[in-house]
Amino acid sequence: MNFSKSFRNTFLVILLSLIVSACATKKTTTTVEGQMQGDVYTGTDTVKYLADGVPDRVFFATNESILTTKSRDTLRKQANWLRENSSINVVVEGHADERGTREYNLALGERRANAAKDYLITYGISADRISVISYGKERPVDSGSNPLSWSKNRRSVTVKAN
Amino acid sequence: MIRLINFVFIIFFLSLVKAYSLIEIDITRGNLDPLPIAVSPLFQDDNSKKNSINELKIENIGSEISSVVENNLKTSGLFNPLSKEAFLQKPDIAHLKPRFEDWALIKAQALITGKVTLENNKLKVEFRLWDILAGREMMALAFTTVPSNWRRVGHIISDKVYERLTGEKGYFDTRIIYVSEEGPKTARVKKLAIMDQDGFNTKYLTLGNELVLTPRFNPTSQMVTYLSYFKNLPRVYLLDIETGTQEVVGDFPGMTFAPRFSPDGKKIIMSFAKDGNSDIYTMDLENRIVERITNHPSIDTSPSYSPDNRFITFNSDRSGFQQIYVMKSDGSNVKRISFGKGLYGTPVWSPRGDLIAFTKLHKGKFYIGVMRTDGSGERLLTENYYQEAPSWSPNGRVLIFYRETKSNDKGEGFSAKLWSIDLTGYNERQVQTETDASDPSWSSLLSN
Repeated sequence: MNFSKSFRNTFLVILLSLIVSACATKKTTTTVEGQMQGDVYTGTDTVKYLADGVPDRVFFATNESILTTKSRDTLRKQANWLRENSSINVVVEGHADERGTREYNLALGERRANAAKDYLITYGISADRISVISYGKERPVDSGSNPLSWSKNRRSVTVKAN
Repeated sequence: MIRLINFVFIIFFLSLVKAYSLIEIDITRGNLDPLPIAVSPLFQDDNSKKNSINELKIENIGSEISSVVENNLKTSGLFNPLSKEAFLQKPDIAHLKPRFEDWALIKAQALITGKVTLENNKLKVEFRLWDILAGREMMALAFTTVPSNWRRVGHIISDKVYERLTGEKGYFDTRIIYVSEEGPKTARVKKLAIMDQDGFNTKYLTLGNELVLTPRFNPTSQMVTYLSYFKNLPRVYLLDIETGTQEVVGDFPGMTFAPRFSPDGKKIIMSFAKDGNSDIYTMDLENRIVERITNHPSIDTSPSYSPDNRFITFNSDRSGFQQIYVMKSDGSNVKRISFGKGLYGTPVWSPRGDLIAFTKLHKGKFYIGVMRTDGSGERLLTENYYQEAPSWSPNGRVLIFYRETKSNDKGEGFSAKLWSIDLTGYNERQVQTETDASDPSWSSLLSN
């Protein structure tokens, strides 16, 4: 069971890197002023910081919950910070953009929050310090109806719980 | 909370004309030529008028009730209520015996007449439906209720007329539960709200302190199930709208969502999300036994039972993308049924059993559509920038859903409204609500 799941994840990561490399050449034209790669947000507009140099959020491609290289980098910083501040617990909030049905987006937000949580656990953070909550498409940070706004809303945000 | 069905509902047939009639309406096709019908104001005598002003602050309760009927028939798209200014005969005389030639002259094919009496805090209403072309009475009914129920009297008359002329049950004496929305998109305040099917008698069931989503009626009682973020724990709740009592459904260690009742009202079916994976579960409301129905590493959500409780349709991305599936209600025999281009979500089984309504996303547009339960015969009824979550009228002829408008880059111009459309794809109209609105769910007929 676990084996097949991790196998599947590995497979997805490989698949993603293929997609990303394929898209990198193809989709550069859709990049908005250097703020998006493919349709993943890469800017810092809405980002807050848990501590100096520790961004609170990571961004996702449409319908995806796979962590990009940049997301993994952010989550490693969060893991380091959590290790240094062992009294702090966090909630990982999962979010989706407005271009999907409400119920599916709730499930997708949960999947995204857990993708971030799992990565933090991989880097040694105890599972009982991390809870997750999905808001689906209910709590956008950017209220525009355009690809850049949507990319900012497809996110998981790590928030101090105490 | 809401006082309902204090309804002394006595129907007695004033006459038993078992009619074959000349007029009937075929509702299986888009009706581009609605039936001309005259709704004469219901007559009230002077004494009732005095009581009506005293008790209801309404001068002419008879004409108010006939307006309710007229509006229902008009919005159904199947009837064309004629202007009252053209009526030649007075309401009281017409109710006794219409001069059919006069009504034929203004091109009416059917006529509704009636009489109200308001005495001793009782509202007694008689009405008759006449076939103008055949020159005969088609139906005559009377009922008694408390005066404050007068709008429901109008809805019941509408249902009886609809049923007599189309051969199918109506859907007017029903209510809609939905989510009322206010405030900016980034900090939307959402409340549960309930109203009559025609937009009147709105009541708010929650205060807006916590996020609430996706309310759905129990088809057999005045219970509602919905998702609440009370104390930041998103869980499926059960609410009795008569008493206001609420309780969490089951004891799940994580988010439960996408709830719906089984058609017999005995179970709630919903998704439970754990470790990033959502599967479908049921809980029996009597013995509280929880059953797991799906077990798959993909997202399984938006479950909806067939009316005979034997099958479940649901939304899953096990193929890689959101598609619609059907399985037996024990979770066996899972079959994908949506194969068109695009993504499919929110399947909901028609109360007639033959169709599944859904939301489809294709090339940046959202569609509400229907397909047969094996996935054949897909028909898209309406296309828009954003719309989803269809809910069936209890007779399976109309779908209500919500539609959102696009915001500009500053986030302005956003709105969420309820809309309805006939199964035929005709008669699309906005359903009036006091605030912005989403996630509508249609009740069963209240009087049956």
